[in-house]
Amino acid sequence: MSVALRFSAADFEPVATERTLQAASRPSLSYWQDTWRRLKQNRRASASLGTVVALGALAVAGPWVWRVDPSAQDVDQISQAPAWPPSALIVEPYTAWGGVTAEPTQPGDVVTDVRLAEPATTQAVRLVWEPVIGAAGYVVYRSVYDPAPDRALGLPVGEMVGANRASFEDRLDLEPRRYWYSVVVMDGSRAERETYAALVVDAVRTVSAEDAESRGWAQNAGALEPGDRIDLPYHPLGTDYLGRDLFARLMYGARVSLFIGVVAPLLFVLVGIVWGSAAGFMGGRADQLLMRFADFVIALPFLLFVILFKIAFGIGPGESGVFPMLVALVLLGWPSTARLVRGQILQVRQEGYVSASQLLGARTSYLVFRHMIPQTMGVILVTLTFAVPSAIFTEAFLSFIGMGVAPPTPSWGSMANEGIRTMLSHPHELLFPAVIISVTVLAFNLLGDGLRDALDVRMRGRE
Amino acid sequence: MLTYTLKRLLQGIVTVWFIATATFVAMHAVPGDPLANERATTEQIRRNLEQRYGLDRPVSEQYVVYLEGMLRGDFGISFTQENRRVNDIIRENFPVSATLGILAVTYAALGGILFGALTALFRNRLPDLVIMFLVILGISVPSFVVAALSQLALVDMNAFLGFSLLPVAGWGTLRHMIVPSMVLGLGTMAYLARLMRSSMLEITNSDFIRTARAKGLPPARIFLKHQLRNAILPVVTVLGPAIAAITTGGFVVELVFAIPGLGRSFVEAVQQLDYTVIMGTTVFYGGFLVSMVIVVDLLYGWIDPRVRLE
Repeated sequence: MSVALRFSAADFEPVATERTLQAASRPSLSYWQDTWRRLKQNRRASASLGTVVALGALAVAGPWVWRVDPSAQDVDQISQAPAWPPSALIVEPYTAWGGVTAEPTQPGDVVTDVRLAEPATTQAVRLVWEPVIGAAGYVVYRSVYDPAPDRALGLPVGEMVGANRASFEDRLDLEPRRYWYSVVVMDGSRAERETYAALVVDAVRTVSAEDAESRGWAQNAGALEPGDRIDLPYHPLGTDYLGRDLFARLMYGARVSLFIGVVAPLLFVLVGIVWGSAAGFMGGRADQLLMRFADFVIALPFLLFVILFKIAFGIGPGESGVFPMLVALVLLGWPSTARLVRGQILQVRQEGYVSASQLLGARTSYLVFRHMIPQTMGVILVTLTFAVPSAIFTEAFLSFIGMGVAPPTPSWGSMANEGIRTMLSHPHELLFPAVIISVTVLAFNLLGDGLRDALDVRMRGRE
Repeated sequence: MLTYTLKRLLQGIVTVWFIATATFVAMHAVPGDPLANERATTEQIRRNLEQRYGLDRPVSEQYVVYLEGMLRGDFGISFTQENRRVNDIIRENFPVSATLGILAVTYAALGGILFGALTALFRNRLPDLVIMFLVILGISVPSFVVAALSQLALVDMNAFLGFSLLPVAGWGTLRHMIVPSMVLGLGTMAYLARLMRSSMLEITNSDFIRTARAKGLPPARIFLKHQLRNAILPVVTVLGPAIAAITTGGFVVELVFAIPGLGRSFVEAVQQLDYTVIMGTTVFYGGFLVSMVIVVDLLYGWIDPRVRLE
């Protein structure tokens, strides 16, 4: 019995291999894609990146949205703390008040029944009281604090001679706030008695229709009736000691401070890259000469020389002084980057893949752009990120000691400097610039940390 | 060691010469007439003043005279306070700045090492998180803000106590020095603490610590003898730059706390454009910083012999 074996040509076709057996693969990521992925995973770094972007947007777009002149002075709202939008009550124009005289009916050390003759406004506060027999006169004090604890009566605003005087009108620099008025009796020898009668008064902001128009708060005075309310210019973060809008100044200051903080490091890192790679490539005598000079510049006391250069370049009248500061920062800042880049170049030059590339006939420009620069880019980026906060600090420091940006150009440092003068009474003027400087520096520092970790080759591909 | 020392010293001298030259060039590039705010009312007075400050000679000659003066340690006469020599101003003000600086460096170094070691010891636990938060704050908040806020706090504290426990400003006694030096050292302390932390963590994972543990040494001994001692090395290297940062950072603290130091007199000289005081102070500071860096380098070479072999 035989089995006929018939083979056709088709049986000798090679079997198709199934190529998709078990593939454990992941999408290929370039170095920078991987860095970006790891940076995004780092929550602190990505929050900082967001903050940096937001600050940039504030500086660029902010003044377009909040169209308030940062050097315009609002004399009605000086050193105003952040508050709700202020408004004023329209009243009749001011008319003189004759005052009140009354025969004293009772003896005593102190007047009684101090009250307001009419509602207290910023136009006038009119006080009346029951006079005292035998008084030579009365002295009225005004304070912005409660005088009760240690009898600090405040500012003497008026002195009336005569026992029968029973009223006082205060028109002195009234602000819409709470005042403590105290009335003290003068005895026969015109010495003041110890006891006093006090009244707490909340002055309401009022304005006459004509005044409202002349100050630009209302368009048409004729349309305003007494009793109407009109809105005053609103300052969300308050105003400074000259009545300038702090929010607008912070955003214009962001332009100045961030400009110096970002452009100066960009420029000096660029100079450093050129200098350092020149030294690293040329080697030998040229390298020694270039790096020795960099060592000298590093040894210059940084802040002293920034100041010296700033004086040397001078600020003409009407200039802001941003440019001299930029030049001074670049002149002194480059050597550390140059050192770093030179070290990197020397290191990369010794790598096997560079020699291999050279053996295969790569030109110098190919070596530089394909191998050297991508290799050093990470380190340079980290240096740049850390250079920004230190440049912002330097700007703030110089403006603080009065050697920085010239007024009225706002910068965060000069705002903080002005804020320190009024910090006891109006802390918000120091607080806002200080907080925004700190937040910016913090954001750039954390971003730098995150970048350094993300660029670290040892961490590559790890979650 | 001797060759190394000599080499460093020679480098230092050349560096100081470079600083002096750069200062000279910068100050001679300042636009305007140096005698403009003087009382040079008549030609005769102007000529006398120019002669007194050597301004009648060519610039190259002025440079030689200036360098000779520096070699003799003579910085000339002040432009605005005409009866005072720059040397007197430095002699009067520098000890104050130096005292403040020494206190601040001590405080920064001790605090930085202590806090850095603590964070490494309590890694990722509460003390670590709290200290690192404060460290980040210390790095991010400008020193003049810290100075102003601490002054504000002092005002409140003294008002609360009813007597002046720590003075808000001024100089003289140890009580005046405590708060300004703490403010001055804060930034550097934060920086050193961060450095110390990473240095400690790196050493924790090294072989000799594992060996020490394996042979059963008590943890306290490992921590003090092996970990701490080795981790301090990188901190010592940055002490030189740290001293530089603290001395120039002293400007702000001296201004805010009204301390009669060299930094404040420098800022005043800059505001009044007092040429000789600016030049003298800059060169003096430069020389001081260079010698500090050399001292720290030599110290480091003595601690870690690997350095001087390079």
